[in-house]
Amino acid sequence: MSEDKKQERGILKIDEEECKGCGLCMEACPPKVIAMGERLNRYGYRTAAYAGAGCTGCGICFLACPEPGAITVLRLVKPGGASAATAPEGATACASN
Amino acid sequence: MRKQLMKGNEAIVKSAILAGCRAFYGYPITPASEIAESAAEFMPKTGGVYVQAESEVAAINMLYGAASAGVRAMTASSGPGISLMQEGISYMAGAELPCVIADITRGGPGLGNLGSEQSDYHQVVKGGGHGSYRTLVLAPNSVQEMADLTALAFDLADRYRNPVVLMADGFIGQMMEPVGFAQTATPPQLPAWAVAGTAASRGNLITSLYIDFDAMEKHSLALEAKYKQAEQREARAEEWMTADAEIVLVGYGIVSRILKAVAAETRAAGLKVGVLRPITLYPFPRAQFARLAARARLFVDVEMSHGQMIEDVKLAIDCARPVEFLSRVGGNVPTHEDVLRFVHELARREGLAPGRPACGPEAAARQRCEEEQMAHV
Amino acid sequence: MSSPVVAEYAVARGKAKSFYDRYERKSELQHQTHFCAGCGHGTIHKMLAAAIDELGVQDRTILVGPVGCGVFTYYYFDVGNVQAAHGRAPAVATAICRSRPGSVIISYQGDGDLSAIGSAEILHAANRGENIAVLFVNNAIYSMTGGQAAPTTLLGQKSTTTPLGRNAATEGYPLHVSELLATLEAPVYIERVGLGDNKQIAQAARAIRRAVENQSRGLGFSLVEVLSPCPTIWKMSPVEAQHWVRETMEKTFPLGVFCDRTKERLAAPAMQSAPVPAPALDELPRILGVADADLPEGHAQAIAGGQIVDLQVRIAGFGGQGVLLLGEVLAEAGLDAGLEVSWLPSYGPEMRSGTSNCHVRLAREAIDSPLVSAPNVLVAMNEPSLRKFDQSVRPGGWVIYNGEEFPADCRREGVHVLALPFTELANGMGDKRAANMVMMGAVLEIAGVLPDASVAAALRHLVRNPRWVELDERAMARGRDLFQQAFAATPPRSSQIRGTVSEP
Repeated sequence: MSEDKKQERGILKIDEEECKGCGLCMEACPPKVIAMGERLNRYGYRTAAYAGAGCTGCGICFLACPEPGAITVLRLVKPGGASAATAPEGATACASN
Repeated sequence: MRKQLMKGNEAIVKSAILAGCRAFYGYPITPASEIAESAAEFMPKTGGVYVQAESEVAAINMLYGAASAGVRAMTASSGPGISLMQEGISYMAGAELPCVIADITRGGPGLGNLGSEQSDYHQVVKGGGHGSYRTLVLAPNSVQEMADLTALAFDLADRYRNPVVLMADGFIGQMMEPVGFAQTATPPQLPAWAVAGTAASRGNLITSLYIDFDAMEKHSLALEAKYKQAEQREARAEEWMTADAEIVLVGYGIVSRILKAVAAETRAAGLKVGVLRPITLYPFPRAQFARLAARARLFVDVEMSHGQMIEDVKLAIDCARPVEFLSRVGGNVPTHEDVLRFVHELARREGLAPGRPACGPEAAARQRCEEEQMAHV
Repeated sequence: MSSPVVAEYAVARGKAKSFYDRYERKSELQHQTHFCAGCGHGTIHKMLAAAIDELGVQDRTILVGPVGCGVFTYYYFDVGNVQAAHGRAPAVATAICRSRPGSVIISYQGDGDLSAIGSAEILHAANRGENIAVLFVNNAIYSMTGGQAAPTTLLGQKSTTTPLGRNAATEGYPLHVSELLATLEAPVYIERVGLGDNKQIAQAARAIRRAVENQSRGLGFSLVEVLSPCPTIWKMSPVEAQHWVRETMEKTFPLGVFCDRTKERLAAPAMQSAPVPAPALDELPRILGVADADLPEGHAQAIAGGQIVDLQVRIAGFGGQGVLLLGEVLAEAGLDAGLEVSWLPSYGPEMRSGTSNCHVRLAREAIDSPLVSAPNVLVAMNEPSLRKFDQSVRPGGWVIYNGEEFPADCRREGVHVLALPFTELANGMGDKRAANMVMMGAVLEIAGVLPDASVAAALRHLVRNPRWVELDERAMARGRDLFQQAFAATPPRSSQIRGTVSEP
C-alpha cells in the first residue's frame, strides 16, 4: 500500500489454516470485500480471501465467522500515524500480512 | 470419648462433618431420610451446603460438581435411588472424583418394600453403572461403625479419587446405639486437581471422556492399577473366634451381629464356630478367607439377599471348602434361632460332634470371648 | 521492521484470550475446532470467549460442558473446565456454584442435552435461581448422533427418527424452553436470540455478554437460547442454514426477551442468601452436639459390678401410643447407668399408621444382635400387638399388657403377666397418653437394676416439656406401685430377668 493512496479504514486478516471456507463472512461483509479463494489449505478447504481493499473495520465478519481465530480485523486508529505506544499489541504482526 | 444414644443415620452426618465434609446433595427415601434431615440441620450451621435435589440423578451429578470444585461431599439413598445414581457414580469413577454415598438398603426389586434387605450387594459392590470401574464399599454393623467408617470413607475417597459407598442395611441406619465421636474436626482442604474458579486452578479439567482409543485404554489401565492397589491395602474384616473354627459363619451388617450371638451359643455347646465379617465388601477381604479356609471344614454364608456375596466368598476361598447358604429376604431377618438350627444341622451332617463346652454357660461364654479386631490385612 | 503506516492500525476483533492458542484435541488438527464448517457452536464459543475477556473474569470462570457437539469446550476455553454427563450440566453447575460462590459458572448445553434428557435438571436449577449462566444451543436436531429428532425439532421437519417429518399427533410439539422457564419466579434473565443474519448475530453477542455479566455480579439464573445453524445435518450450505434460522426456525421460536429482572436484582440483594461464615473448627463438636464436655457424666457406678444384666424388651402398640418413646427412655436410662444398649424401631409406613414396635436391649456385655426375636419382656399396648408377639416371649419372661382382661388363649406356662387398663389409669392421672410411662414403671420393676437417677435423666433428656416430665414421673411411680401391689402377695419365684441378676 503506497503512502499517497487513501488510507483504508480497516484491514482484514484471514488465517488460512483455521478457515474452513464456510462462506459466512462473505455473506456477512457489508462492503462485500471477501471472496472465496482459489487455493486449498492443507486440510483441503477452499478458504476465504480478502480482496485487499475496501474493509471498513466494522468487524461483523469476525462475529459471523464460527472459527475462533480465522479472522482478525484491524481498524485504523488514527490516520497519519498513531504513536506506537497507543497501538495495541498485534498491530505490528498484522502488518506483515 | 463419651457416648450418646443416636441413630446410625444421624451418626453418619455428624461424623462426615467432623471429617471435613461440607456438602450434602440428596433426595429423601426411606430408610435413609434421617441422613438428609440431619444434613439439612447441620450442614448450614457448619459452613456447609445442603441441597435437596429434584432426583437422585440430579443429586449424584451435584456431587460430581461439588467434588469437581474440591469439596468433600456426600449423598445418601436406598436401593431405588442408588439405581438412579449409577450413571453418576460411573462418571465420577471415570473422572476420578471422590465422594461418599450412603446406601441404607431396603427391599427390592422395583419398589420392593421398606424392610431391610442386603440385595443392593451386586449393584453397589460390582458396580451397577457402565464401564470398568469399582466403588470401594464399607459395611458397618453398628452405630459406632456408621461414624467411624464414614470418616474412613472420606479418606479412602480422597486417597483413591473414587466414590466410596457406605452400605448399611435399614436396621443399622434406623437403630440407636451409644456412639462417640472424634473431638477434633478435619479442616476442609482444596485438592490441587480441583476446578475452583481461581487463577491457580484455571487449567484444570474434570472429564471422563477420552475420545482417543489409546488414551482411553491408558486411562482405564490407570484406574485398574488404582483398584489393584486398593485390593492390596484396604481390605478389612473382623474375625471372631476363628482361630480354631471348623465352621466359619460369614455375614456383614446386621447379619454379622446375629452370627456372633449364634457363634457364642454354639461355642457354649462345644462346636468350634467362628465369625468372619467383611468390613470392606470391595475390596473383598480375600486373604482372611483364604487363611481360614486352610483350617475350616466349611463356611456358612448368611445374607438378606439370594446369594449375592456368596460368589465373592467362593472366589476368595477358590471353592476349596463347601459354602453353605442361608438367607431371608423381604424385610425378614435370618433370626438367631434360624441360624442356630441351621448350624446344628450342618454340624450333625458333617459329624462335628459337640465337644466339651469351650466355656461354661452362654452368658459366661460371651463374657470371656474376646473380640479380635483385624484391621488391615 | 514496523513502518509508520503499520502502527496506525489496531486489532478491533481477534481471537479471544480466553481461547487456547492451540487445541490439543488431536495432534494433527491443533489449529482447528472440531466443528463443521458454518456450525453455530463456533460462533457462540467466540461470543462467550469475548464476554469472558471483556468482563475480565477468565480466572474465575468455570465452564460446564455438555454431551453433544459442544462436548469439547475444554479443548478451546482456557478456563476451569468440568465435563458433565448428558443433560446434567445444570446439576453439576448447581453444586459448583454452591461450592465456589465467587466463581463465574457457565453451563453450555445443546437442545438434546437441555430440553430432553436434562429437562428436569434445567427446570429445577432455574427454579432454585442458581447463580449460573446457561447457553442453550438450539439447532432443532440431534447433530452429534447423526440427526435424530429433538424436542425442538420443528413440525414437519424430517430427521432420521421422524422420516416423514415431525407429527404433532405422535411426537408432540416443539418445546419452547425459554417461554417455559420464563414462567418461573427465580430466573433473572432469559432471552432467545438467533444466528440468522448480521443483526441477529450482533444481538446474540450482546445477550451472551449480558448473561455472563449477570452471573459475575451474582444476580442469579440467566439463560440465552441461541437458534443455531447445523448445515451438515440440515443438509444445507452454511449460508442456506443461516437463512433457514431466520426464515423458518424463527417462526416457531420467536426471538426476544422473555424474562428480565436485572434491574430489580441489582437493586435488591441476590436471591441466594450469602453463605453463613463457617464456624471455627474446634466449635464443630459442640455445634454437632457431640462434644464430650456437653454430654452427661451418667450414673455408671450405680449398678453393682457383678450384676449380670440381659434385658431384651419388645414394645408394641399402635402409632401414637408412645411405643418408641418408652423404648428410648429405657435405652437412654440404660446408657446413663453405664450399660450397653440398643434400640431398634420398626419404621417406614408403620411410623405413619397402624402398628409400631421397637426392640430394646440392655446388657453389661457388648450387645451382639439388637434384634429381639425372643423377648424376656413384652410390653403390649393393645390386643393385636399382644397376639403378634406373645408366642415369642421366653419362658420365665414377662408380658405387660394394656387391658383389664388378659386373653385366656394367650396365657402360657412360665410367662408372667401383668394386665391392667393402663390407658384408663393414665387418663385418671391427667392424660391417657401417659399410659406408656405407667407401663414403663412396671418394666423398671422387672429390670430391677436401673438407678432412679438414670431414669430421671433419660426422661428429662427426651421429654422437654416440664409438665409432661412431671406427669411421666408420676406415671412411672404409679406403674412401680401397681407392679408391687400385684406381686407383693405372690412374688414370682424366678423370672428370666431377675433370675440372671445375682449379687456378687
